[in-house]
Amino acid sequence: MTKENRGTPLVELRDISIAFGGIKAVDHVTVDLYPGEVVGLLGHNGAGKSTLIKCLSGAYKKDSGQILINGQEVEINDPRDARAQNIETIYQTLALADNLDAASNLFLGRELVNKWGFVDETKMEAETRKIMGRLNPNFKKFNVPVSALSGGQRQSVAIARAVYFNAKILIMDEPTAALGPHETQMVAELIDELKRQGLGIFLIEHDIHSVMKLCDRASVMKNGQLVGTVNVNEVTDDDILGMIILGKKPAKAA
Amino acid sequence: MSDTPHSAQTSAPGEGGFRRFLRATEIDPRLLGMLGALLLIWLGFHLYGALVLGEGSFLTPRNLWNLSVQTASIGIMATGMVLVIITRNIDLSVGSIVGVVGMYTGLLQVEWLPPSMGLGNPMIWIIAVVFGIALGTLIGWFHGLLIAYLAIPSFIVTLGGLMMWRGMAFLASSGRTISPVDTTFALLGGGPYGSIGATGSWILCAIACAGIVWAMMRGRAARKLHGFALRPMWAEYVVAGISAGLVLIATLIVNAYPWPKGILKDYYAKLGQEVPEGAFVAHGFAYPVIIMVVVVLVMTVLMTRTRFGRYVFAIGGNPEAAALSGINTRAMTVKIFALMGGLAGIAAVIASARLNSATNALGDLDELMVIAAAVVGGTSLAGGVGTIYGAIIGALVLVSLQTGMVLIGFGDGSYRKIVIGVALVLAVYLDIVYRKRIK
Repeated sequence: MTKENRGTPLVELRDISIAFGGIKAVDHVTVDLYPGEVVGLLGHNGAGKSTLIKCLSGAYKKDSGQILINGQEVEINDPRDARAQNIETIYQTLALADNLDAASNLFLGRELVNKWGFVDETKMEAETRKIMGRLNPNFKKFNVPVSALSGGQRQSVAIARAVYFNAKILIMDEPTAALGPHETQMVAELIDELKRQGLGIFLIEHDIHSVMKLCDRASVMKNGQLVGTVNVNEVTDDDILGMIILGKKPAKAA
Repeated sequence: MSDTPHSAQTSAPGEGGFRRFLRATEIDPRLLGMLGALLLIWLGFHLYGALVLGEGSFLTPRNLWNLSVQTASIGIMATGMVLVIITRNIDLSVGSIVGVVGMYTGLLQVEWLPPSMGLGNPMIWIIAVVFGIALGTLIGWFHGLLIAYLAIPSFIVTLGGLMMWRGMAFLASSGRTISPVDTTFALLGGGPYGSIGATGSWILCAIACAGIVWAMMRGRAARKLHGFALRPMWAEYVVAGISAGLVLIATLIVNAYPWPKGILKDYYAKLGQEVPEGAFVAHGFAYPVIIMVVVVLVMTVLMTRTRFGRYVFAIGGNPEAAALSGINTRAMTVKIFALMGGLAGIAAVIASARLNSATNALGDLDELMVIAAAVVGGTSLAGGVGTIYGAIIGALVLVSLQTGMVLIGFGDGSYRKIVIGVALVLAVYLDIVYRKRIK
């Protein structure tokens, strides 16, 4: 399966660069993502994966390069622009306001309002109960601040927030880093389901086994530059490890 | 009724009756704690007066009415300080904003407008009030810009403001006291004429009670619509009954405080009549108190029912998450400080109206009372937590301590400061203990 015969990519990040005070965090990197595909982003800490992806989610503004969504160039200057393009992000830190309950976090920045413009708290809670019932049926703590939730429960709130608003492009930054085995399995199943629904997913992940299991392609970064992109089923764990550690692309996947 | 009343959480076995009561009625235990502390302070001052001085003068209609008026300007500002502190900022400048706004509104209505509009022109007080609120808002907005867009810490910006605006207040009139203010304007400060009287108070009382019932029915309907657990009916009746009861008691108290003889004489003299035998004219609610109640209602709706309020809490809980959710946190900061400034403007109007003059010392040290009121009322300096009603109760506690010390003969400043200082630290400590226990 080569990307040439799959039409227009859902997302194309072309030649993206961003520097912080002279340090090139992302240096002319090009990656793409097709509908129904999971692309893993790999690399050491500080390789530039999260920074690259923050240019797409609107947390950072790229210095140069182009972002294309369905072949159309778009400007993403802040998180609202990204949301308008149906790009949703699950941050490594989860980006939850700890003092608010699940519903308030789920709808943060996109609160449901009634005809007078007042926040419709009961409706938001009802909607939250619906989606949590689907994602994590054991979730019962709707009326407490999310600071009182376990790591897995907090994660499901962050995931629900991304899924509820009909994301087409999903960015997941180490979604299973803080989770136990059972919850990690739940996230894996969710990724499979979302993939079947035709979402494109960028997955930042350190664990090679998760990458081999969940991803279709893997793009490896080192020192802000792209080492290469490989089809996961054409390479071995060691090939990818070699790319991460040595920055060398395996010959057979070139 | 088709719905099955049951409490939101299943009650734990072995739970005490009081806890069960709190759970069913969904009354915040902290609210009860604060009200309990307030009541203790009131009883303490009254009993001390009754036992030691031979006359308890705290729990009298006269003192409670005065207390309500004295709380107004601090209370109004404390509601804004809640937002400032929730978003992890501080505003040290509010006392000086009161000073400078009071001074310029004083100059406006006493020296600048009357020559062209004529003394006592009915438009003067309206222009002065609008000007005062606008000037306060403008100053707060300016502080907000420096904090949000130049990233200067709010502590520094408002510390600078504290000194600068106080200096401006002095320079504006070269240190003179501007007095007396416009006669209509002066009514906003309270006093016998600056109150709505017995009939007006009863009408307000009726409106408030109807409002309480309406709000509870609406809340119940919304819960039913989405199939959520409802409070048991008895709990609804208890909560509505207590709320309406408090409004009723407040009305009875302000209507039991009569005009003093001098005012009665003056009033009937203006009508060209003798003071009738046994004349009793009640004060009723004072205008500044009504203004405070309106501010509290508006601010409560703002904080609990609007996106703006949500964003305030979200920024306080996790500024980064708020920004990643697409909230313009800088614009929010500017708006919050502008709102704080506007509320200080309202407070300045009330304070200068009450004094019937504008002095450059108006509002001096108010910032400390306002911050203390918000904190005593449960606003966390760590950000993310706070309520409007808490700030008002906090303001009542502090003003009660202040006036109570005067009433029992410890009026000189030092004792007052000691007591208020101790109360502030104690209140925060109790709050910390409480938070630990519920965790």
